[in-house]
Amino acid sequence: MKRGLDGPEPETRPTPAGRRNKQGIRIDPEVEVTHEPRRTAISALVEHEPGVLSDVSGLFSRRQFNIESLTVGPTENDDHARITIVVEEPDPGIDQVEKQLRKLVPVISVRELEPDAMRRELALIKVDAEQPGQVAAVADMYNAKTVDSSPETATIEVTGARQKIEAAIDTFSQFGIREISRTGTTALARGTDRTAASDSTGQSADEANYDGQYTETATDD
Amino acid sequence: MSERAAKVTPPDDEQDDDQITDSAAPDAATEDDSAAGDAETTPAPVTSGAEAVVRALENAGVEYAFGVQGGAIMPVYDALYDSDIRHVTMAHEQGAAHAADAYGIVSGEPGVCLATSGPGATNLVTGIADADMDSDPLLALTGQVSTDFVGNDAFQETDTTGVTTPITKDNTFASDSDRVGSDVSEAFALADAGRPGPTLVDLPKDVTNGETDCEPDAPAVPDTYRVQEQADPEIVAAAAERIENADRPAILLGGGVIKGEASEACREFAIEHEIPVITTMPGIGAFPEDHELSLEMAGMHGTGYANMAITHCDTLIGIGTRFDDRLTGGIETFAPDAELIHVDIDPAEISKNIHADYPLIGDAETVVEQLSEAVDASPEAKKWRAQCQQWKSDYSMAYDAPEDEPVQPEFVVEALDEATSDRAIVTTGVGQHQMWACQYWTYTEPRTWVSSHGLGTMGYGLPSAIGARLAADDDQEVVCIDGDGSFLMTLQGLSVAVRENLDITVAVLNNEYIGMVRQWQDAFFDGRHSASDYHWMPEFDKLAEAFGASGYRIDDYDDVAETIDAAIAYDGPSVIDVHIDPDANVYPMVPSGGDNGQFALTEDQL
Repeated sequence: MKRGLDGPEPETRPTPAGRRNKQGIRIDPEVEVTHEPRRTAISALVEHEPGVLSDVSGLFSRRQFNIESLTVGPTENDDHARITIVVEEPDPGIDQVEKQLRKLVPVISVRELEPDAMRRELALIKVDAEQPGQVAAVADMYNAKTVDSSPETATIEVTGARQKIEAAIDTFSQFGIREISRTGTTALARGTDRTAASDSTGQSADEANYDGQYTETATDD
Repeated sequence: MSERAAKVTPPDDEQDDDQITDSAAPDAATEDDSAAGDAETTPAPVTSGAEAVVRALENAGVEYAFGVQGGAIMPVYDALYDSDIRHVTMAHEQGAAHAADAYGIVSGEPGVCLATSGPGATNLVTGIADADMDSDPLLALTGQVSTDFVGNDAFQETDTTGVTTPITKDNTFASDSDRVGSDVSEAFALADAGRPGPTLVDLPKDVTNGETDCEPDAPAVPDTYRVQEQADPEIVAAAAERIENADRPAILLGGGVIKGEASEACREFAIEHEIPVITTMPGIGAFPEDHELSLEMAGMHGTGYANMAITHCDTLIGIGTRFDDRLTGGIETFAPDAELIHVDIDPAEISKNIHADYPLIGDAETVVEQLSEAVDASPEAKKWRAQCQQWKSDYSMAYDAPEDEPVQPEFVVEALDEATSDRAIVTTGVGQHQMWACQYWTYTEPRTWVSSHGLGTMGYGLPSAIGARLAADDDQEVVCIDGDGSFLMTLQGLSVAVRENLDITVAVLNNEYIGMVRQWQDAFFDGRHSASDYHWMPEFDKLAEAFGASGYRIDDYDDVAETIDAAIAYDGPSVIDVHIDPDANVYPMVPSGGDNGQFALTEDQL
């Protein structure tokens, strides 16, 4: 009794020369190029309704997108909320993030922000206040503000790009950090450029953004 | 409503007549044939949320709903009592979801399923996930505890929208009696719009019980849901040029071709330009498998010739396919020489798994027509076509069936195909039997193949046959090819088939194994049959008779043709317990993540 089918065996069959990489892109095996992950901010304008944040965060976790931070808040329009997501993914992954977000019904528009976009986060840093003068001096350096103080502690509010917050935390650590609370990044495009317009459809960040102006900001991500 | 669905005449059933006669709408019995929402009758204004829900379904032209009664969904069932919508009570909610899913596949209109809160809703989950993976249009309505109990772990409470968020296209927690009808209308429209998929509306009991005089809005999708119908003309032109200059072109038709009603356009395009056609498993039926250009299905258990062609082509026109890993095998070796022209209505499918060199986002039928217009000259691919024919003979799908051996499953599938018409509908469970049903049945028409592809849901076969039967034309046979393990999971649905007197033939390819697992254990786990040996299977023919269905048994070749004829001729549900060769395995096979061109023809080649 025969088990299986007839035909030339696998080793005797011709094999094509080509290959694809893990992202399904055809490559020259001699000079294989793989996409390296990069960090970027994606802004989504969504209907301000219950469940939308869990829709978005659930999408990120079940598709295993590498998420750095996710913030959400109301906008100038009571019916809309803005979600800012910082992800670290290779280019095809960033592309998927945008496309999958657009598929969610409460999502109005999505775009990746340009490198020059304003990105800010807020941190509350509670330190030991044995040297209040020095704490105030450091706070001054970062344009930070003391929002609470007690004989033992001082809590400082600092806002800025991620690097600035990290640098501030680093510097404050000399006093002894008790607790930190950070908000994650929120962002807007510069100038007249709309971060996420209600009428934008599947437009790429490149098309939507490029109008010749570019402001280099060292403090931004 | 589609023509196909409108032709369905409900089977003559005493119980059904009783129900209609008992109902509060005396006109209902005489209007059995008129479509719901017919302009001739002006329906009474709605007075409750539940009536608005049912009115929304009627407005959408829903003819059948599949479900199970329960505490939190009772108001909706009470409103259904006065409706012309025929409710089919299922034996389990999973079956309700599968039946509605299959109804959607065969009719092209969203199938509707209902369940109560808590366990009712969670029992639907497998069926909803199945529909989600296969992009089948489905509307699920679930009961929910009253809003003032929500969040308190009340009796039969589950966070249904939370549970189903990852497996629905969209879901809604209805919170307002005035809005609930429109919520259902919108969910119905969404299930069918663009890339189809399952939607769900969770219906708290106080919302459906609540008073309202708000008629539901007409079915329409929300503003934020936008679908692109036409592909970018520049990319179409570039893709057309690529096709004209191809040396080794191939077309790959996925399930989206059938859902997008693009089969006819694809057939014309392929035949005009003489391009070989491969299908994915959900794409079965999009192109006639008896046509010379057909290479049938590619992928893990696809034909050798389809897998050779997909591996060696230089231009691949993928239409309505998401390049699932069961199709592609290892990404590195998938169509490695091919430039990919990818047609899909869902932008997120473009370059998700395989990079598209020519992304054509849009409705399959529209884009194929755009391509047809743009392609001026057929590719010169005579040599390539000859090569494909050569592969067809090199790797022919043949099997030995000596008279003195146990019955081979392939023989049974072919015999069933022969005994039925071209338009017969095949539904299956999941496992070896499903693969034999793909390989050895010759499909020629779209919407005649109903199976669980992406989720691979064992138990899909019988409930999907129920849904398919109600959506099919009267002259279309419905055959469920099932496995013993798969059938055992949902066979309580036989009670439904008997009660509704549904003309379904179930052929259980019984090898007393979870056969696909057994096959993998033989190949990859040194033949250690851990928990895959089902030698305790019941006698399915007798079981069928206990349910009131007609039961048959096949043990050897002499019985095959005669028994199949008798079972198909029987007017009602029949079950054939086919005792097949327990050692039969499915070939060809591409091991998981392997190279499609290196498919194994025997176990030794794995």
